[in-house]
Amino acid sequence: MSDLPSELRYTKTHEWVKDNGDGTLTVGITDHAQEALGDIVFVEAPEAGRALDAEEACAVVESVKAASDIYSPLAGEVIEANATLTDTPDAINTSPYGDGWIFRIAPADMSALDALLDAAAYEKVVEDEA
Amino acid sequence: MLIYDQSRPGRRASAQAPLTQPEITEIPAGLRRRSRPALPEVSEMQAVRHYTRLSQKNFSIDTHFYPLGSCTMKYNPRACNSLAMLPGFLGRHPLAPDTHGQGVMACLHDLQEILKAVTGMHAVSLAPSAGAQGEFAGVAMIRAYHKARGDHARTEILVPDAAHGTNPASAVMCGFKAREIPTGSDGDVDLDALKAAVGPQTAGIMLTNPSTVGVFDRNIQAIARTVHDAGGLLYYDGANLNAILGKVRPGDMGFDVIHMNLHKTFSTPHGGGGPGAGPVGVSPRLEPFLPVPLVTFDGDAYHWQTERERPDSIGWLTAFGGNMGILLRAYVYARMLGREGMGRVADFATLNANYLMARLREAGFEAAYPERRASHEFIVTLKPESRQFGVNAMDFAKRLLDYGYHAPTTYFPLLVPECLLIEPTETESKEDLDGFVEAMIAIRREAQETPDLVKGAPHSMPVRRLDDVRAARQLDLAWRPGTSEDING
Repeated sequence: MSDLPSELRYTKTHEWVKDNGDGTLTVGITDHAQEALGDIVFVEAPEAGRALDAEEACAVVESVKAASDIYSPLAGEVIEANATLTDTPDAINTSPYGDGWIFRIAPADMSALDALLDAAAYEKVVEDEA
Repeated sequence: MLIYDQSRPGRRASAQAPLTQPEITEIPAGLRRRSRPALPEVSEMQAVRHYTRLSQKNFSIDTHFYPLGSCTMKYNPRACNSLAMLPGFLGRHPLAPDTHGQGVMACLHDLQEILKAVTGMHAVSLAPSAGAQGEFAGVAMIRAYHKARGDHARTEILVPDAAHGTNPASAVMCGFKAREIPTGSDGDVDLDALKAAVGPQTAGIMLTNPSTVGVFDRNIQAIARTVHDAGGLLYYDGANLNAILGKVRPGDMGFDVIHMNLHKTFSTPHGGGGPGAGPVGVSPRLEPFLPVPLVTFDGDAYHWQTERERPDSIGWLTAFGGNMGILLRAYVYARMLGREGMGRVADFATLNANYLMARLREAGFEAAYPERRASHEFIVTLKPESRQFGVNAMDFAKRLLDYGYHAPTTYFPLLVPECLLIEPTETESKEDLDGFVEAMIAIRREAQETPDLVKGAPHSMPVRRLDDVRAARQLDLAWRPGTSEDING
């Protein structure tokens, strides 16, 4: 079974969300997602300042198998994209919840976070897909 | 080894060299080369050996079964080639007047008529010089249609998630936003999701039917009604036309525009970066927008129609009348098949796919849509093998090369994990299909008993497993003097 930190929130499209405690959230893709995609070779992250809708396709992760859209887990404004992914996109493979984070967002409504999946619910999503 | 690595100063193929150096006077002195071009210097025999060896490294339909799903790698009859290379065709200058090209124009006009008849469309233009350009032309016509009606609100093109990646790309290239529609678990487009997605912003939908999951969408009439009722148009991606040739016509299904990949269905060469041909067919309401030129016949002679006669055309896509040599090959192929032959293409393409699917299922492989009849291709998911033996679809694909089979398409469509998309085409014999099944069974046994053998495949090819990541991240396509490196190293 893949790694699923219990302090994070998840989406059924395989993003994880971390509450930074300062009004911002960090977004990445799950261990299960990186495993399914295979070796990541390119990441196109959203630029800072961009306003996102919930579930809007906002980033692209390209692996040796496929190019996949990343969806914003909730509405808000992009604060920062992970610039190190330009040179080391494989950080998503080696450290999906750490160095492989994709962008930070200031959500329009922080309470929307509660509507996302917890680790147990996401685990069920993954199992149902299997 | 590159031919440049064999180069030695002064070595040459004397028998091929011109006897006298022509004097160049027409090119202004300032534009002439001052140094010799960096061409390899080799003997005639070295050149012959080099290119013969390269050709022997090739995995091609002439040497191997090539079940690359969605690519329709069928055999191209040699006659198509030789007839398209008749001296009259080869020697014709593209700027020659119509009166000097009546023969070739008659062939092109016939081809337009044949493609109209087989797709059920109202008119056809042969101008697009590749499938991708055909898609671009098709979506550009949808755009021109809405614009001509003053309907500027239509900004979205709907694309099922099973579509080829070129579909959303073409939509975006034409200024639309691509919106994804999910596929149901039975392989058909999710009709409820489609109904929820259509509206005054819908410019059209791009569909491949049969789709890339290898099934014919049974709801096509309901899809057509839903999109048309919302004011959108239906685009048919002709990628899988082989399955329905002479059986069902996109025009009868309600499609407004179609592109055809002549290299897939009409037996013209694949790959190598072209040349290709991607003719487009349209319903009456899109006819004014067809790309030019078109060939017309007034009962007496053939003429080129350009933007002068067709002012609403989306315009020219290439300098002349499309990729003539490719169009002629398709014309010869279509004429050799005839109406009945086209139906047999679909019969045997689907029979071969269903036979292969049945045999692989019998051997214990898991079909992605087992309750559905395959069209001309089908999907096997190697998820069970991946889970049990740690050997994935890519490993199977690489090991198939060792057994003398080109791998099926892997990891496409994205909907099915660890998938192989297998398209045998109508030109394979039962014995060849049986051989492929035996190879798949043998590889699964190896995956169980000696998984490292499969994970390390291929073992018998000129190159071993390539570094996909390095190939994608560090593109190295151009040779420069002194930079040669052994790619196998």
